Amino acid sequence: MEYINIALKAIFIDNILLSLFLGMCSFLACSKKIDTAFGLGLAVIFVLTVTAPLNWLINHYLLADGALAWAGLATVDLSFLQFICYIAVIAAMVQLVEMVLDKFFPPLYSALGIFLPLIAVNCAILGTSLQMGTKGYDFLESSVYGLSSGIGWALAIIGMASIRTKIQYSNLPAGLRGLGMTMIITGLMAIGFMAFIGIKL
Amino acid sequence: MSEATASPKAEVFGKKERQMVKDPIWDNNPVTLQVLGICSALAITTSLQPALVMCASLTAVLCGSNVTISILRNFIPNKIRIIVMLSVVSTLVILVDQLLKAYAFDMSKELSVFVGLIITNCIVMGRAEAFAMANKPWPSFLDGLGNSLGYSVILILVATGRELLGNGSLMGFQVIPQAAYEAGYVNMGLMLLPPGAFLLLGIIIWIQRTMSGHFED
Repeated sequence: MEYINIALKAIFIDNILLSLFLGMCSFLACSKKIDTAFGLGLAVIFVLTVTAPLNWLINHYLLADGALAWAGLATVDLSFLQFICYIAVIAAMVQLVEMVLDKFFPPLYSALGIFLPLIAVNCAILGTSLQMGTKGYDFLESSVYGLSSGIGWALAIIGMASIRTKIQYSNLPAGLRGLGMTMIITGLMAIGFMAFIGIKL
Repeated sequence: MSEATASPKAEVFGKKERQMVKDPIWDNNPVTLQVLGICSALAITTSLQPALVMCASLTAVLCGSNVTISILRNFIPNKIRIIVMLSVVSTLVILVDQLLKAYAFDMSKELSVFVGLIITNCIVMGRAEAFAMANKPWPSFLDGLGNSLGYSVILILVATGRELLGNGSLMGFQVIPQAAYEAGYVNMGLMLLPPGAFLLLGIIIWIQRTMSGHFED
């Protein structure tokens, strides 16, 4: 039950895109077509599910204050290395995922294709890893949080892509076309998602 | 991005150099026109003070990374350039983060994860990839300075709007007089919530694009 609550919170209430503003760049760049949005959404879910627990393990057993106690170094605090370790894990995981998919699941690989490398620099991934640290989740909670954050992000980008396909032919003021309108629609979507605040099982 | 700026005769503060700093501030703004670095432009703008700290941090990181990568540009193998850039940038971000923790602890608590997210701020990677990899250190520094100023302009505009409309204050000081509240003025709470940031930035983009005459399709 507790895990369902974390998942609901991450997908709807604390949606990483609509309330924490993570992953905006690729959200804006890749939300023109539903197909691309769907591919990128899947790739983000995938990478988040893998990196969130992995980064939790790294933080818990290597970096946090006193984490090296198992190696007899209880006074060592390496938490200042958090950023560089997380980003290295993410970049390496993305590379690894890309190679594994290429070898064993060629159809999925060609579907995700160019999006995988882009994800390494998507702030949604690093942001989720950093967030779960500040929230103090344990291993399972972090895994659930990673997966459901990804689902929330995918939901937002697919929704956005559908709206943008719809408004393609509307007659907007010239300065508002593209980015401006996308921002305002994102704002309206965020208001919509705020309706979920307070829902708890 | 012409190679001419890297010619041996390049002046230190010639017309072209000044142009390089001035251009990204408004006419080729990184946030509203190049669509880079939007995440943090929104997250920490509920009030002006954290926004200013964020601007200073980004300026330090962007100038530093552009210069470092420009110095290293002939030694970085093309295939692994992304990871080299990421490590340069994350090292600089760690420095900034540790400095904030040491000298402005409250501020670093308030910015929380968003200092760390400078690493994946697309402005930093974008300028490193598009400019610093092909230019000498001095022009790269100017490019970094110009782009971070452009980012700061938007950040300050959004933060001013959100704090003024949402809280009636600027930098924590009450700006809207008590008399206005007594006459029925009400703070716009929506501005402090995430949607307010999206809407305000959308409107700023509209104004900025209309003024600079840059339109999409």
